Amino acid sequence: MNWVDRWGVTLTVFLPTLGVALMMLTPRAKDGLIKGLALLASAAALLTSLLVMARFDSSDPGMQFEVNVRWIPSIGANYHIGLDGIALPLFVLSAFMTFLCMVYSLWHLPEPYNPKAFLALCLLLETGMTGTFVALDLVLFFVFWEMVLVPMYFIIGLWGGPRRQYAAIKFFLYTLFGSVFMLLGFLALYFQSTPHTFDILALQRDGVLDVPVGIANLIFLGMGLGFAIKVPMWPFHTWLPDAHTEAPTVGSVLLAAVMLKMGTYGFLRISIPILPGPARTFAPLIGVLAAIAIIYGALNCLAQSDLKRLVAFSSVGHMGFVMLGIATMTASGFNAAVFGMVAHGIITGMLFFLAGSIHERYHTREIPELSGMSHQLPRMAGILAFCAIASLGLPGLAGFWGEVMALLSSYRPAPGLSTTIFRTLMVVGGIGTVLTAGYFLWMLQRVNMGRLSEKWKEKKLADVQPLEFASWIPLLLLVVLLGVYPRLVFDATNPASVRLTEALTAGSETATAGPPQVSIDLIGR
Amino acid sequence: MPVQWVLLLSTFLFSVGVYGVLSRRNAVIVLMSIEVMLNAVNLNLVAFNTMLPSQRPVGQIFALFVIAIAAAELGVGLAIVLLVYRNRATVSINELNLMKW
Amino acid sequence: MANSWIIPVLPFVSFALIIFFGKRLRGKGAEVGIVAIAVSLVLSILVFFDTIRRIAAEPEFHGYERSVEWFRFGPGGFAVELGIKVDGLTAVMLLIVCAVSLLVHIYSTGYMKGDVRYTFYFAVLSLFTGSMLNLVMANNLLQLLVGWEGVGICSYLLIGHWWEEKANSDAAIKAFLTTRLGDVGFMFGIFVLFFAAGTFNIDDISGAVAAGAIPTGILTLGAVLLFCGAIGKSAQVPLHVWLPDAMAGPSPVSALIHAATMVVAGVYLVARMFEVFHASPVALSEVAIIGAITMVIAALLALVQDDIKRVLAYSTISQLAYMVAGLGVSAYTGAVFHIWTHAWFKALLFLGAGSVIHAVHSNNMSSMGGLRDKMPVTSATFIVGGLALAAFPPLAGFFSKDELVLGAYESGRHGSVLGWFVFLAMLVTAFLTACYVARMLALTFFGEAKYDSEHVHPHESPRSMTVPLVVLAVLSVAGGWIGLPGEANLFGKWVHFGEEHPAFNPLVMLASIAAAVGGFGVGWAIFRLGKVKFDILKTPFAWVYRLLQNKYYLDDIYMGLIVRPIRDQLAAFANWSNQRILDRTVDAAGIATLAMGNVAYRGVDQPLIDGAVNGVARLMGLAGAKLRFWQTGSVQRYAVALFIGVAGFVGAFVIARL
Repeated sequence: MNWVDRWGVTLTVFLPTLGVALMMLTPRAKDGLIKGLALLASAAALLTSLLVMARFDSSDPGMQFEVNVRWIPSIGANYHIGLDGIALPLFVLSAFMTFLCMVYSLWHLPEPYNPKAFLALCLLLETGMTGTFVALDLVLFFVFWEMVLVPMYFIIGLWGGPRRQYAAIKFFLYTLFGSVFMLLGFLALYFQSTPHTFDILALQRDGVLDVPVGIANLIFLGMGLGFAIKVPMWPFHTWLPDAHTEAPTVGSVLLAAVMLKMGTYGFLRISIPILPGPARTFAPLIGVLAAIAIIYGALNCLAQSDLKRLVAFSSVGHMGFVMLGIATMTASGFNAAVFGMVAHGIITGMLFFLAGSIHERYHTREIPELSGMSHQLPRMAGILAFCAIASLGLPGLAGFWGEVMALLSSYRPAPGLSTTIFRTLMVVGGIGTVLTAGYFLWMLQRVNMGRLSEKWKEKKLADVQPLEFASWIPLLLLVVLLGVYPRLVFDATNPASVRLTEALTAGSETATAGPPQVSIDLIGR
Repeated sequence: MPVQWVLLLSTFLFSVGVYGVLSRRNAVIVLMSIEVMLNAVNLNLVAFNTMLPSQRPVGQIFALFVIAIAAAELGVGLAIVLLVYRNRATVSINELNLMKW
Repeated sequence: MANSWIIPVLPFVSFALIIFFGKRLRGKGAEVGIVAIAVSLVLSILVFFDTIRRIAAEPEFHGYERSVEWFRFGPGGFAVELGIKVDGLTAVMLLIVCAVSLLVHIYSTGYMKGDVRYTFYFAVLSLFTGSMLNLVMANNLLQLLVGWEGVGICSYLLIGHWWEEKANSDAAIKAFLTTRLGDVGFMFGIFVLFFAAGTFNIDDISGAVAAGAIPTGILTLGAVLLFCGAIGKSAQVPLHVWLPDAMAGPSPVSALIHAATMVVAGVYLVARMFEVFHASPVALSEVAIIGAITMVIAALLALVQDDIKRVLAYSTISQLAYMVAGLGVSAYTGAVFHIWTHAWFKALLFLGAGSVIHAVHSNNMSSMGGLRDKMPVTSATFIVGGLALAAFPPLAGFFSKDELVLGAYESGRHGSVLGWFVFLAMLVTAFLTACYVARMLALTFFGEAKYDSEHVHPHESPRSMTVPLVVLAVLSVAGGWIGLPGEANLFGKWVHFGEEHPAFNPLVMLASIAAAVGGFGVGWAIFRLGKVKFDILKTPFAWVYRLLQNKYYLDDIYMGLIVRPIRDQLAAFANWSNQRILDRTVDAAGIATLAMGNVAYRGVDQPLIDGAVNGVARLMGLAGAKLRFWQTGSVQRYAVALFIGVAGFVGAFVIARL
């Protein structure tokens, strides 16, 4: 199985593209063949990613499956890829979610149909997403990062809801706006390093990067803006509800499940390890924005009447917990962040599937109109209730660990960060969990419960279909599995997170000492 | 025979050719005048060959090339003239002002 | 004992079986739950006897613990365990949970017969039992929290079981959110203790506290935060408001969750973490004060309710407060003992109330009355339960309550003002309790029938419902005999904290008997015999009545000052600010860019830059128009020009060479 070590990651990234090429050669009329090819390509990518996961050595905190070949020698950009424990869960998640979306798309294809174009775009998206999570070269990272934008633009803009044009353009331009600053940051890193390099790992080494504090802060802010828009952090989140609401189901699922994580992943992979000093400077700011996002997202959810928009705003809150975990700069915080990302990907992806399927049946997503869904679609209602409960962070289900660990790490953030601020944020986050429970339960009450409204009594609506089950059951199982057996993720993320904190503290000996009595060492010095 | 005489002859022939090309209105005569000019050049080539240190007939070979090219050129030229005549019923150059502004 | 982890696993398995296959089974899934819980009960009994045997045999026995690694995090991989801990307290709780759960399962087969969501109901009952068992067996706080929230969500699902009515689902949401608010504090308490002691393990935390390794300030903070969770779960003031509304659920659910098991989780938590509370006088006082206030407030409310289940709900709050206050004055054994006895008689009362409601199709005592003859078994068992609640000797409630009162008395005698305060509150509450028990019995089973006899024909409930009642009645009578006062207290040998065995005090016992009998007498005199006739609305104390009727206006205050502003105004404001400020900013940036583009296009690009380009082109065109006349089309003229040109060049060349 040596070929997995060398080729596994590359194959996972580019097999979907190969699938796209094959689909391009297939006549447009052959629906079945096209769908089959798309399914096959994503299944193959999932398979290779699972092989990679099986070969992954979770005791090794460093990069594995590294490949480093010359790509654009004139500027020193290499095709440098690799995986560590932080990237692995997201990498597998991307392949997994795309595959399930393909299964779902076998039956549900949004108007104006055209499976060839739609599925090809989804597969291209997969290449971009998986590529982003494995790229270890800033240029390569940027290429994959931008590669995601175009397919998603078309997916929203062509297959979306009534305001799709607006949403697609807003999504595209807003993200592009951020990536410009990100690119400037990358270039600044290149020119500030000796020898000039785009290599993410090389930039972390001692003595490679020599930047005055002021410029380092600027670089951090620039890259941070790019990542923050993608996350999205408050107050850069307004593209998200529109994009989610207008996107077709599969688009929303991929957007929520994977694309948002690219932003948080950028913080973990690039901003923090390369610029630990500025990261520490801005950590309280990130934490405060995260806490605002938690409360603000929850409050906005209370005000939504569109089911899909509600789920979209809930993403803002959940990503707030992820960012709070990152802001603590502790190993447990990073663990919490990655776990939160995976859990949010699965649960919110599931909720978007549900919102899509509900819309398909009722042709409306207005919560007040969907009264008493349990009477007509008991299974669908049951799954919706399950996912909502998972999303509000019930212990024993996946949503819990990310939240509780993020709050736990804010109790004692990394040395040098203000305990007062972070404990306040912890309390705010705690209140946020109550609000989260509030809007989800209220939503359940209004959608699932109550009497069946007259409007739907005459209609014969189909409950969950076999293909929907096929694409959902893996997710539902994972929600439970990760909830009761969290080490599935923690085992992979913990060594890498610890290493990240070690790099953080090694990079700045001048950081002030931690709080006096530290009987349990969670920050790893 | 001194080479100057031959050169004088070829100058005369060339001048006749130039005059014919510039002044005659009949396209066939213009073509014939071009032939005269080419033959003047041939004469020159052969004459200058005698002045070369080498004994190889380089000038004669060039002259043969020119004769071959001239034959081809005349063929194409006469074909054009023939076609022009069929279309316009004239070969007078004054009437052929297609390239006029 | 090593395999006691099977006890909580069985109900979880049963949950999965019922939810996936329940509908296809003959008993619609109920039989799976009953079998699973029955096996768990048998195992619990075995574990219980094993535990008390070891307690008797080994003086140093502090409980059996077994765990596996759950997951790791942090540098060096801090391991979180998944484990069980069995000591006297756990063994007692196991018995309570399994026994009540089994009886409720059996009762429910009758009570819920024909319900639309019969199978789902039993599935959630199983899930609840599993979570509750996990809660009481957990050896670390994180795992305890998992069980804690698990029972919360089951409570939510079961309270809202009949969710067709909005009021029911409202009650469910209220219950979940109110307890969740407390749970946030609980979670933070876990964090505080985790960072202070470096572990989630309960024994290790207790050990660290006993060794004095944690500063008192941190301990107090941790204990107070933990107690927040208990306030929410055990419905203490000010978070008690959810429990009465939770009566919207089916009666057996109220018996299981809101009387015998889940609501005592808060008390259990304080008992389990008592080392922490014990080490912090401030936290302990807080526990005592909250308990003392709650018990009186709730008992007063129970006096004016018409809904029989609400009477019982307030009574539960009040009795839980007894336990909490008992823990506050360090009457550890008494408090746990009261969990034990209360579970039997309160479950009995709720199931009895369910039986009555089943018969008259109403929750209101104003439409009951005179049911004694129609429902002999129900009324007999209910009266037993009521008297046990009112703490009549020698019923179960008497012994546990007496021990608590004695504990408070002892605490006061040792110089604690708070002890006297709690002692007083307990006596007042005992009086009030007996009073409302008398009222409840009188209005329900005695007097003339007030139900609509045209349509309602009360009759005794089926066997499946009466058998659990009888079993519980027996336990309500005999359950207290294992904790006789003084040296004969077996229970105190199994469950105790430290070495306190308060000596038997006949004076205190007399006082509590007097309170009970007095209260019952007064209540009976007013509501049954009509000896004291007065209309409270015509006395100067009318405002008290109104205050109680409106539950001290707490619900209105919470709704008006917290829930509505957040749900309506604040959410609307957030939405407004999002759409109008943040989103408009983004849109405005887009529009401004567009406007700038227009300016650049119409003002600069088209007239100036593009103008220059076009100008050059136009100049060329103009020049061409003039020059084209040179092109005559006459080849010979061109040739002449060519000839002149060549001649000119040659001439110039020749001249230059000369």
